Amino acid sequence: MSTRNTGVYLCSGCGIGNAVSMDGLKNVVESEFKKSCKIHEYLCGDEGLDLIRSDIVEGMNQIVIAACSPRAMADRFRFNSVQVIRANLREQVVWSHPEKTEDTQMMAEDNLRMAVTEAGKSTAPEPQFDGEHSEVIMVVGGGHSGLTAAYESARTGYDVLLVERALQLGGMARKWSKRMPIHPPYQNPQPNTVANLIEAVKNHPRITVKMGSTVAKTSGMPGKFSVDFSDGSSHTVGAVVLATGWRPYDAGRLKHLGYGVSPDVVTNVELEGMLAEGRIARSSDGNVPEVVVFIQCAGSRDSDHLPYCSSVCCGVSIKQALQLREAHPDVMIYIIYEELRTPGVAEEFYRTCQRAGVIFMKGKVQKISSSLEITVNDAFLQEEIPLQGVEMIVLAIGMVPNSTNVEIESQFLDEEKLKLLSSDVNHYAPIKVAGAATEPITLSADPLPKGESILNLQYRQGPHLPMLAHGFPDSHYICFPYETRRSGIYVAGPVRRPMDMGESAEDATGAAMKAIQAIRTAARGFALHPRAGDLSIPRINLNPCTKCRRCTVECPFGAIDETEQGFPSVNVTRCRRCGTCMGACPVRTISFTNYTIDMLGSMIKAVHIPDEMEEKPRILALVCENDAYPALDMVGIARLSFSAYVRIIPVRCLGSVNLLLVSDALSAGYDGVMFMGCKSGDDYQCHFMKGSGIAQERLSKVGETLKSMALESERVTMAEVSIADSATLPKVIQNFVEVLESVGPNPFKGF
Amino acid sequence: MPESQPRSQIILVVGGGISGITTALEVAETGYDVVILEKAPTLGGRVAQLNRYFPKLCHPTCGLEINFQRIRKNPHVTVFTMSTVAAIHGERGDYTVTVRRTPRYVKPHCTACGDCARVAEMKVQNPFDYGLGDMTAAYLPHEMAFPMRYVIAPQLIGTHEAENVKAACKYNAIDLEEKESTFDLHVGAIVWATGWQPYDATRISPYRYAYLKDVITNVEMERLAANNGPTHGQILCPSNGEFPKNVALVQCAGSRDHNHLPYCSRICCLASMKHAAYLREQYADVRVDIYYIDIRAHDKLEAFYRKIVNDPQVRMIKSKPAEIRIGTAGEPVVCGENTLTRHIYSNSYDLVVLATGMQPSYSMNESLVNLKTDDYGFIVPDADKNGIFSAGVAAGPLDVSMSVQSATAAALKAIQAVI
Repeated sequence: MSTRNTGVYLCSGCGIGNAVSMDGLKNVVESEFKKSCKIHEYLCGDEGLDLIRSDIVEGMNQIVIAACSPRAMADRFRFNSVQVIRANLREQVVWSHPEKTEDTQMMAEDNLRMAVTEAGKSTAPEPQFDGEHSEVIMVVGGGHSGLTAAYESARTGYDVLLVERALQLGGMARKWSKRMPIHPPYQNPQPNTVANLIEAVKNHPRITVKMGSTVAKTSGMPGKFSVDFSDGSSHTVGAVVLATGWRPYDAGRLKHLGYGVSPDVVTNVELEGMLAEGRIARSSDGNVPEVVVFIQCAGSRDSDHLPYCSSVCCGVSIKQALQLREAHPDVMIYIIYEELRTPGVAEEFYRTCQRAGVIFMKGKVQKISSSLEITVNDAFLQEEIPLQGVEMIVLAIGMVPNSTNVEIESQFLDEEKLKLLSSDVNHYAPIKVAGAATEPITLSADPLPKGESILNLQYRQGPHLPMLAHGFPDSHYICFPYETRRSGIYVAGPVRRPMDMGESAEDATGAAMKAIQAIRTAARGFALHPRAGDLSIPRINLNPCTKCRRCTVECPFGAIDETEQGFPSVNVTRCRRCGTCMGACPVRTISFTNYTIDMLGSMIKAVHIPDEMEEKPRILALVCENDAYPALDMVGIARLSFSAYVRIIPVRCLGSVNLLLVSDALSAGYDGVMFMGCKSGDDYQCHFMKGSGIAQERLSKVGETLKSMALESERVTMAEVSIADSATLPKVIQNFVEVLESVGPNPFKGF
Repeated sequence: MPESQPRSQIILVVGGGISGITTALEVAETGYDVVILEKAPTLGGRVAQLNRYFPKLCHPTCGLEINFQRIRKNPHVTVFTMSTVAAIHGERGDYTVTVRRTPRYVKPHCTACGDCARVAEMKVQNPFDYGLGDMTAAYLPHEMAFPMRYVIAPQLIGTHEAENVKAACKYNAIDLEEKESTFDLHVGAIVWATGWQPYDATRISPYRYAYLKDVITNVEMERLAANNGPTHGQILCPSNGEFPKNVALVQCAGSRDHNHLPYCSRICCLASMKHAAYLREQYADVRVDIYYIDIRAHDKLEAFYRKIVNDPQVRMIKSKPAEIRIGTAGEPVVCGENTLTRHIYSNSYDLVVLATGMQPSYSMNESLVNLKTDDYGFIVPDADKNGIFSAGVAAGPLDVSMSVQSATAAALKAIQAVI
C-alpha cells in the first residue's frame, strides 16, 4: 500500500468544545504522535467536510475523526478510498461526563490516543478474489419447498441443480388431494397445483434435476462447494438450499389411540391418500364410514412423543373434514382438539367448517376400545363422554423434520464431535421469576436426531447442520430466521420449522434469495451477515503456529479446516469475520489487516496510566460493538454518567478478545479489565452465536494468569450487557470501580 | 423472466419497519439499489416500540442496531423518512412513484445535539409511548432513532416558542418554513411493507378501555415494560403508579370476532405469555390470569407456553370476557362465564391488559394507490400490478420471524422484476 498519510480532525461541536480543552487534545496529536491536526466547530457540516476533502486532494489517505460516536454521521464521514478511524468524544465522553474536569479531559485525550494508535496499526482491507466461483444453486429435496426454491432461483437467472432421493418429484405434497386456502375468501380447500410446479421445474432450461440421488459428501465453501453424490458423480455449486421436508410421526407408536389395533384407525396422511383417490372407505369392510372422528395432536404436544405443535394439523383436519363433508354430506364428523390452532386468516377456514356442521369437541381422548368407542374427557362438560358408533378414526399426526437421513445409521460416533453437535442444540432457557418464590421452570432436552447427515459436511465442526430444537435446523434469531452457522447453506420449508404449503413456498423463495446473495457476496469478496460488506479476512501466519487447533475448534461457523499436517486453513467465504479465531490463538498469529491483537494491544498501551499517588484508577473495557457499545452511547444520549476511569475499546465480538490482552493491560498498569458482551447460554444473543460464551469460558481460566502475576482475581470481570441496558450500565461499571478500589491499585503501575 | 427490459432497476420499499428494512437490505446486499420510504421520522416501525421478543425475551433493538449498521455501511440503500406514496403510475420495470414528504422542520445536517429539545417547553403526547407519556415539541423519536435527527412537532409551528427553539440550534438546522412537498421516483419494482396498527381498543365498548385507566392494551404494556418507556421499565398501574398485584390478560380483545377483526392475529397469545413473564420477573407475588379461547402457540413456541402455564401463579381461564365493569374503588372488574366450569365470574384486578390484534395499516389509511386486498385489508397478489409485492404484516398477520421470512421472499420477487 501507499505510504500512510494520516490527518486528525477534531470536532468541537455538540458541546465537545465546551467540555474539554481542544488545544489540549490538539497538543496530544501534534506532540505525541507528530501528526497534522485540525479543529473545526462543526466537522459534519459542509464546511467541515470540505476541509477534510481538500486535504484528501492534497494526498491525505487516512483520516482520524474525533467527534461523535462512529454510530452517528457514518454517511457524512465517508470518503472514497480513504480509511476513516473514529474516536468517540461526544456520546461516551462529554455527554456522559462533567464538563471541564481533569478526568473528562484525560478520558478524551486517551480516546484520541487510542484512535490515532489504531490508525497507525490498521490498513483498509482490499477485495480478495481467488479463482472461479460457481453460480449454481444446489437444492436438496424435490418436494414443494425444493421445487419452489429451484424455480424461483431459475427465474432470477441462476442455474439450479435439484437433487431428489426418490424417483419422482413432488415429495409429500404430491400426495395431497387439495390444499388449504391461501386466497380470499379463505373458506374452501383449493386445488393442489404441485403438478404444475413439477412441470415448470422439469421444463425450465436452467434447472437440472438429479433423481434417485443423495448427497454423499459436501466440502468447500460459498462460491465453491464441492459435492459428491451417491451415484459417484460430483459437482461444484455456489450455494445450497436444504429442503428435505418432513415425514409423518410414526403412528405405530400411537397404539393407545388405536393405531394398528383397528384397521379403521388411520392417519391424516393415509386419509389424504383416500381423498386423492376419491374413495373413502373403511379398511375393515370397504364401506363409507358414517361417523368419522378426527383426533388432533395425536402424538404432538406430548412429552412422550413430539413435544412441539406441528402447526398445520388443525388446518389439515378442517380441510379433510370439509372434503369428506362434500363427498358424503351425511357423514357425521367430529374433531376432538385441545387447542384449535388456525392462526391468521385461517380462522375463516375454521368457521367454514363449523358452519358445515362439523362438531368440534374440546377435550382429551382417554381411551379407544377395539370397537372404536372413544372416551373423551370433554373440557366443556367436565365429564367423560363416550362416543359410540364411530366408524373411522383419523389421527392428526405431526411433522418430523427430515434433517437427518434416518435410513442410514449415523457413523457419527466420535465423542468429541458429538459433544460439539450437542452444544449446538439449544433449548429455551427458563423464565426468570422475581424473588425465590418459584423454581424456574425448565423443559427436558430432547435427544439428538438419529441418522446420517444429509449433506455430510466435511467440516471440522461435524457433518450436520446445527439443530435448534427437536431436530429442526432453524435459526436461533427472531430477527434473522435465515441466519445460518454454515455460510451459504440455507434451510427452507418444514425441515426448518413445521409449516404448510403456503408458508413453505414463501420460505423457499426467501432461502433462494439468501442463496443468490451468498453467491454474489462470495464473488465480490464480501462477508455475509451480520458484517455484510466487510472485506477483511483472517490471515494466519503458519510459522509460529503450534497446531493447537483452538481456532479450528472455536470458530462458530466451522470456517477453518485443518490441513493434513494439522495446520489451520481458512475457507474465506465461510468466514464471518467475527475474529473468534484471533481471540483463540495463544501465539497471536491470526489477524485481519484492520483488526489485530497488536493493534488492540497498542491501543491499550496508548492510554496514559496515572501513577498510584494520583488515585485515578484505570479500567479497560473491551466492549461488544453491536450491543454494549451502543448501550454506552445511549448512556450519553440520555445524559446519564458513568465512571471516567474507564477506557473503552469496541471489539467485533468478545470472542475476538485474546486473553493475552488481559495480561498486556494488567502489565501496563490498568487496575482492572472488564468484558462487556452479549448474553451467552441457551438463549444466547451473541451475533456470532458462541463468541460471548467462548469469552466467558476463556475468562474462567484467567485466574492462573493473574496468579502468576500475583494479582487478585477480582481484577478481571465480565458483564452481560444488552443494548437496552443503558440505564443500569453506569451502576454495573461503578460496582466494578468499587471492587477495584477495595482491592487497591495495581502494583504494576509505573513499571 | 422479464417480459421486456426494465427501465429502472431501483426497488422501492414502502415502510421502514422490520419487514421493509429486511426487504431493502436483502436487495441491497445482493447488489441492487433500493429506496425505503417511511412515514414516521425514524425507521424501526412497531418492533422498535416492543420491549422484548418472545420466546427468547431478547430486545428488538439488538437486531435493529445490526440492521441500522447494515444500512449505514451499504451505499445501495437510500432512506426517506416522513414520506408516503401519493401516486403510482406505470408498469413492472417502469414505475413513476410520487412521494409526499411531510415537514420535519429539521434539516438533514442536524447533529442531534439536543439543544432544541432543551429549550422547548411545549409538551405533546409521545406517539412512541402510545401517548402514555409526554415529550417536548422538539424531540428525538427515541435514542435509537434512525436517522439520528430531531423532529419539530407541527403543534409548535407558528408559536412564539418556535423561534426560541430555532434560535437554540447552533447549526441552523431548523427550518420553520418547511412545507409539505412532493417528488417523483422512477423505480422498477415496489414492495409494500406498511405493517400494522393495533386495533382501536375504544371500539370494544364493553371493555371500557376509554373509561378505566388500568385497562391498557398489549402494545402499551410493551412500553410500560421497556427501559426507555414512560415508567423506565417498571410495570405500574396507570391510575395510581402502584405495583399491580393481580393482573388479567384478556386474549382476542377484538380478534376472532365478526364485530371487530374476524381473523386471528397470531401473535397475541405468545405476546401475553411474554407479558406474564415480564410481570413474574418484576414481582414475586403477582398473580396473572389469562382469559383465552384457544392458546395458539405454534411449533417450538409450545415450549414457551408450557413454561408460563406451569407457573403456579399463572392461571388459565377459558373464557372470552363479556365485559369489564368499573369496580367500587374504580378498579377494573372482568366479568363473564368460564366456558369450562360454567362458572359466572366477576374478578377485580389492579391491571387488565387487552390483547388487541393487528390491523393492516394499508387499509387504515386512505388508499391512493388502489392495491388489491382481501376483506380484512391485507394486500393480496394482483396480476394487473405484477411489479408490486407485499411483505410482512401488510400481507397477513405474522410474527417477526415470519415477517422477515416474507420480506426476504419479497426481495427476490422484486429483484425478478428489475432484471
